[in-house]
Amino acid sequence: MGVPEHYYVVLSAILFTIGVVGVVIRRNPLVIFMSIELMLNAANLALVAFGHRFGALDGQALVLFVMAVAAAEVAVGLAIIVVIFRARRRLSVDDLSVMRW
Amino acid sequence: MTAYVAFFVLAALAVGSALGLVLRRNPIHGALFLVANLGSVAALYLTLGAEFLAAAQVIVYAGAIMVLFVFAIMVLIPGKEETGPDPRRPVRVLAAPLGVLLFLLLAFVVARGTGAPAGAAAPGPTTIGALGRLLFARYLFPFELTSVLLLAAMIGVLLLARKKAS
Repeated sequence: MGVPEHYYVVLSAILFTIGVVGVVIRRNPLVIFMSIELMLNAANLALVAFGHRFGALDGQALVLFVMAVAAAEVAVGLAIIVVIFRARRRLSVDDLSVMRW
Repeated sequence: MTAYVAFFVLAALAVGSALGLVLRRNPIHGALFLVANLGSVAALYLTLGAEFLAAAQVIVYAGAIMVLFVFAIMVLIPGKEETGPDPRRPVRVLAAPLGVLLFLLLAFVVARGTGAPAGAAAPGPTTIGALGRLLFARYLFPFELTSVLLLAAMIGVLLLARKKAS
């Protein structure tokens, strides 16, 4: 009964890789943000799988903290994107090569 | 056997929706694909016996965070985005082989790790009550810090998003 945990970890690696590729190939900062969420999610899946493997709940507790950090990160990141969009009316990371304007 | 079928169906859903997020041009489609991905990962949590995390995933990620994303996309993107030729296409094409390389590296680490300490302990009492006791006993301090983090994020967002009084 039950799928071996390393299947989950390999799936997590696949999702993480897709997220990394998404961050690199996309130009829209919103899509890049969503790819980062994908990577966080992949890491969470690996943590839950490890916790399941060792019969401990610490992995799940850690995932809860990661979720809180992700929520905070998304709020701040989207606010930054909104401010950038207000300042320059375009939304492409290639335009954002300086930290001030 | 059913566990394997469920795992592979959910895994295919998760990978397919992740590819959809990365490959579709329209960010709204990407957001919907990400919701599908988060939902299938929540179902995978259920198969791992993490009921609370599955619920939290649906509420926090698919509920709160994705609503925020869709809202931002609707507000910010007037029409099509990422149109026109990519000025840095040669560099971005490199992403595919490098991604494969990264995956092979991760898979190598996983393959080496499977021989390591077997799951000696049987899956413990994975009840919500046990998780709550763990959170409020051993992880009480990080748990409280989380609230400070959320408060800081809230204040930061207010500060960033307010209109400049000129």
